Amino acid sequence: MKSAWLALPIFVLVLFVSFGAFVSGDVAAQGVPRRIISLVPNVTEILFAIGAGPQVVAVSTYDVEPPEVRSLPTVGALIDPDTERIIALRPDLVVTYGSQAELQTQLTAVSIPFFDYRHGGLDHILVTMRALGARTGHVEQAEKVARALQASIDAVKARVAGKPRPRTLLVFGREPGSLRNIYASAGRGFLHDMLEVAGGDDILNDIQRESAQISTEMILARRPDVIIELNAANRLNDADLKAVLDPWSTLASVPAVRNKRVIVLMGPGLTVPGPRVAAGIEKMAQALHP
Amino acid sequence: VTIRRRIVTVIGGFALFAIAVMLWAPTVGSTPISLTRAFDRSIPWLDNVDAQIFFVARLPRVLAGGLVGATLAAAGVVLQAMLRNPLATPFTLGVSAGASLGAMLAVSMRLELGILGITSIPLASFGGSLVATALVYALAASQRRGLSTNVLLLAGVTLNSFFSALILFVQYIADFAEALRAIRWMMGGLDVASYFPILAALPFIVVAFATFAYLTRTLNLLSVGTEAAAARGVEVVAVHRLAFLSASLATGAAVSLGGPIGFIGIIVPHLVRLLVGSDHRIVLPASALFGAAFLVLCDLAARTIMSPLELPVGIITAVIGGPFFLWLLVKRS
Repeated sequence: MKSAWLALPIFVLVLFVSFGAFVSGDVAAQGVPRRIISLVPNVTEILFAIGAGPQVVAVSTYDVEPPEVRSLPTVGALIDPDTERIIALRPDLVVTYGSQAELQTQLTAVSIPFFDYRHGGLDHILVTMRALGARTGHVEQAEKVARALQASIDAVKARVAGKPRPRTLLVFGREPGSLRNIYASAGRGFLHDMLEVAGGDDILNDIQRESAQISTEMILARRPDVIIELNAANRLNDADLKAVLDPWSTLASVPAVRNKRVIVLMGPGLTVPGPRVAAGIEKMAQALHP
Repeated sequence: VTIRRRIVTVIGGFALFAIAVMLWAPTVGSTPISLTRAFDRSIPWLDNVDAQIFFVARLPRVLAGGLVGATLAAAGVVLQAMLRNPLATPFTLGVSAGASLGAMLAVSMRLELGILGITSIPLASFGGSLVATALVYALAASQRRGLSTNVLLLAGVTLNSFFSALILFVQYIADFAEALRAIRWMMGGLDVASYFPILAALPFIVVAFATFAYLTRTLNLLSVGTEAAAARGVEVVAVHRLAFLSASLATGAAVSLGGPIGFIGIIVPHLVRLLVGSDHRIVLPASALFGAAFLVLCDLAARTIMSPLELPVGIITAVIGGPFFLWLLVKRS
């Protein structure tokens, strides 16, 4: 009698272990995916750039580039992935962001393989391109795209080499019409790397974070030679541009302000760590070294 | 004569403390500056970094902190006396939730209108606080017997959670960058970088403080009991109305300037009462002065302890205020 009671939990345990082995074995057997769902917009752009676009069957609600994705079904995004729709679309590869642990658990449970992505520095874009090429059966084109990106990075580096590097503040957000809640790129991440490649010295190099909120006192004290401000608008008319630039005049002693080197870079693509970074670096380099 | 002397000495003491803090705070920060250079008129303004750090980065912050701290503390005193509830804060009656909703809408809709150097977010948050005040007032005044403090309290608390739900909804449908900005606004911040927002909030706060001053004696009678106060000739309904409207107006202006900075409106009045007793002729001005000094000191901590990063000041006040609030609860029960 006693041994029978003991056997039950052991039986359950064996069941779980064998089920787990079955699941992980299935995940390990990966072929070239035909139905990819990408929940990370910049990875979607990479997939299309390396020729895996036709395999993509659904994207996140934030995806707008390249234009082909706008007709694809959407399945939620970073914090609200629609697991049911994802499963219903029968994907054989899902691109997830590193923090989507719950979704990853659910995908594992239904034996859908996933590609785990997290933002990193500029190098990480190249690594991701090559890894996705290998994973989706586009090794050659991924290599070609990665080399082209590397070549344009190297070209900018060579062009600015030896030139004086202006001390630069890279702002990507603040309260409209004022200098409150200024968010800037700090000493890590692809925006920081783009700035360094483009020949600028990041004045927030010592802050080991991707972004930092920075006070007016810090800007006055660190005296950037150039302030680059990213603006998601595609274009601004003169009045709007003046309205964007006006608040900076408060910080009159900052060299960037005094020498009229507060530069607004426009376009939504600038903050996307994908194939479009080459264009972003080029714009930054032109702003820093006209 | 003795009570008058006591009022003068106690308030004088608090005033000295507040002035000392306000004078000292702009001289310290994440960057060392030279005061002699900052005040040296012979150096051109454009070249004088020390002067710019002092007058552009620090002084507006200290003034904003003083104004917001004084307002929230005084509004707390008035509302606690009027509602006869020691746990009331300037945010209990829905004003800050309305202000936050206004700010959230301005952030997520990317409103970019401005009047005289006042930008869309403070404008929208002040508008939101007025809407919330009007709603709560209308609900409480719809009772036949004047303004019911019970309805006021219930309507305020309910409106708080209702607006919070709307705030969450607006944040949820906003883009990442907007949602982050909205969340940051809720943490409070005093780096106003200009004197315009302070000047814009000032008239409303001055009017409210004049009303507070007029109300102090009545608040003393009211805190004994509404019936006792009525028996001594206090027009309870009119006083409730004035107290609620002036405290709400002041809170709305303060929140639009510095964001919903929590706990000032409850810790400061209670600390001051522990120190000086419960006479509102002393508690009210002393709380305003101590609130100013307290928030300026919290902001000083916010801008220096993690330098070059800065902490939202609302986190500092909450970290100090939360435990204090709990201590107060335990001590009372």
